[in-house]
Amino acid sequence: MKSPILQTATKYLLPILLLFSFFLLLRGHYYPGGGFVGGLVASIAFVLHSFANGTEATMKILKHKPLSLIPVGLSLSALSMVAPMMFGLPPMTGLWLEEPIPVIGMIGSSLFFDLGVYLVVIGVVLTILFTIALNNEEESK
Amino acid sequence: MIDNYILAPVFIHLFSAILQLIAWRKTVTQRVISIVGSLMGVILSAQLFSKVYKGGILTMNASNWDSPFGIVFVADLLSTTLVLITSIAALAVSIFSATGISRQRMLYGYFPIFHFLVMGLNGAFLTGDIFNLYVWFEVIIISSFVLMTLGGRKTQLEGAVKYMAMNILASTFFLTGIAILYGITGSLNMADLAIRVKLIENQSLIGITSCFFLIGFGIKSAVFPLYYWLPSSYHTPPSAVAATFGGLLTKVGIYAIIRVFSLIFVPDDFTKNLLMVLAILTIITGSLGALIKINIRRLFSYLIVCHIGFMIGGIAMFTKIALMGTIFYLIHDILVKTNMFLIAGLIRQIRGTMNMASLGGIYAQYPKISLLIAIVLFSLVGIPPLSGFWPKLYLFEASFTNNQYAFAGALIFGSFVTLYTIAKMWSEVFWKDVPESVVVENNFEPMPLFKKTLLVLPIGLLASVTLYVGLNAEVIIILVGKIADQLISTQPYIEAVMGK
Repeated sequence: MKSPILQTATKYLLPILLLFSFFLLLRGHYYPGGGFVGGLVASIAFVLHSFANGTEATMKILKHKPLSLIPVGLSLSALSMVAPMMFGLPPMTGLWLEEPIPVIGMIGSSLFFDLGVYLVVIGVVLTILFTIALNNEEESK
Repeated sequence: MIDNYILAPVFIHLFSAILQLIAWRKTVTQRVISIVGSLMGVILSAQLFSKVYKGGILTMNASNWDSPFGIVFVADLLSTTLVLITSIAALAVSIFSATGISRQRMLYGYFPIFHFLVMGLNGAFLTGDIFNLYVWFEVIIISSFVLMTLGGRKTQLEGAVKYMAMNILASTFFLTGIAILYGITGSLNMADLAIRVKLIENQSLIGITSCFFLIGFGIKSAVFPLYYWLPSSYHTPPSAVAATFGGLLTKVGIYAIIRVFSLIFVPDDFTKNLLMVLAILTIITGSLGALIKINIRRLFSYLIVCHIGFMIGGIAMFTKIALMGTIFYLIHDILVKTNMFLIAGLIRQIRGTMNMASLGGIYAQYPKISLLIAIVLFSLVGIPPLSGFWPKLYLFEASFTNNQYAFAGALIFGSFVTLYTIAKMWSEVFWKDVPESVVVENNFEPMPLFKKTLLVLPIGLLASVTLYVGLNAEVIIILVGKIADQLISTQPYIEAVMGK
């Protein structure tokens, strides 16, 4: 069941949803949002794409298996947790740049922690959903 | 004193797990990372232990938020001793797993999950925040669910359902207790709670809240009448997993009981009597269960329950001598119980079964390995001067000076049943010939020497640590004496966390 309306809509929705998820990620330090919600929205974008074009097509645009995002995200979070120890501060202390960067705003180690969470969430959700989807597609063939 | 590196034993296991996730499906690399990571874990926790032993309690304010507002990690003697013993046990299990776990299980992430589990254990020992303790407990049980179901055999899933149901119930009780405690006092920091709980007027409310914690930790540490999930689930996963569970998981419950009931809820007479009754019933029911089991791992599971009662009894008396007995027993028990399940795994490799009726002849075939195992079994039974003897001595002394004759009787009964069941197991498994009707499938004999070493080495490692604990008991007694002092007079702990 492939509907051309959905396929065309997803073509435009995928980048918008990804942009929105990134917006949620950056906004999360002071306002509602953050890595977890951002990751969920990003994975919804890919799930929508897989509804419209089939799971295999989505796997193609992802290039790598979503499973490989989990260790990348985990190490990003873990490193940003340990990084303050290099400066003689307790683990998980927020390190901040002096000057804000345009558009993104203040950058600190907690942003990298959130980015790690974002990647882990995408990795976990897509791995679970793709495994189920591929099993179902095989059964229905 | 503030030390930013006290979480090193936690981080080392986190990073080993992440590296193993990067090396997903490369089982050889994962094995090497696991053994190296666990070895570094032992070194780091030994360093931490010696720092705390020489310099006193260390604390670390996570994210640089001062306590009681942020999450604080505290390394006192009890925590660091347990972190060290846990790391040694984890090293042994990790070496054993290199050959004792099937490749199929490794492909689905056995090693990363194992390291997440050990990370959770170390974190639970080191945290000084009651809600953070709950979070570490969740890390532990979620990893243990995966380890228990990995492989997906029918019996495993059956055991896992019982295990999961009881553990979720325990977590709910624990979380409810935390919520009520926070509602009453407005704090989650354990040292801060220790101060605030004493100032509450309605002490009976505090007593009821403590029952929530007792039930929650009681389920986790398998105390009567909440222990039945343990013998019905611990015999299902592979032996290396059962060794981690049997040696370490129930002991976290005991640790939590010791910590919470020495620091926050100092036991009154009612709590002491309640704990004592539970201890006696745990010993009796556990040993009665052990009497009738013929599967080795089911037998060991009931012995775990029985010996949990010994430790609860020590906490119930709450004198210096009794606590020394409990902590010494805790150290001994982690080492020996982990080793017992590894031995069960080795026996399975040698004979292909764990049913005592169809085992036999191991002493005739492998005399050296059998002697190594005998050391462990003797330590478990408590033959002087091995490690099981000394803590029982202290527990006996405490029970006579506190007029707890029923507990002394239960101790004698429990020790006697342990002796009987282990003697029965020794004669059935090691001395008796293999029954003629049984076809032996020996997977151990055709293995190359390297693999054999990987199976026997961890048993030898743990046995030598047990021997050290037993023969060098003077050192351990000084250590547990200091720990017991810290548990009874909590002022240094509170001062270290809250500042003077």
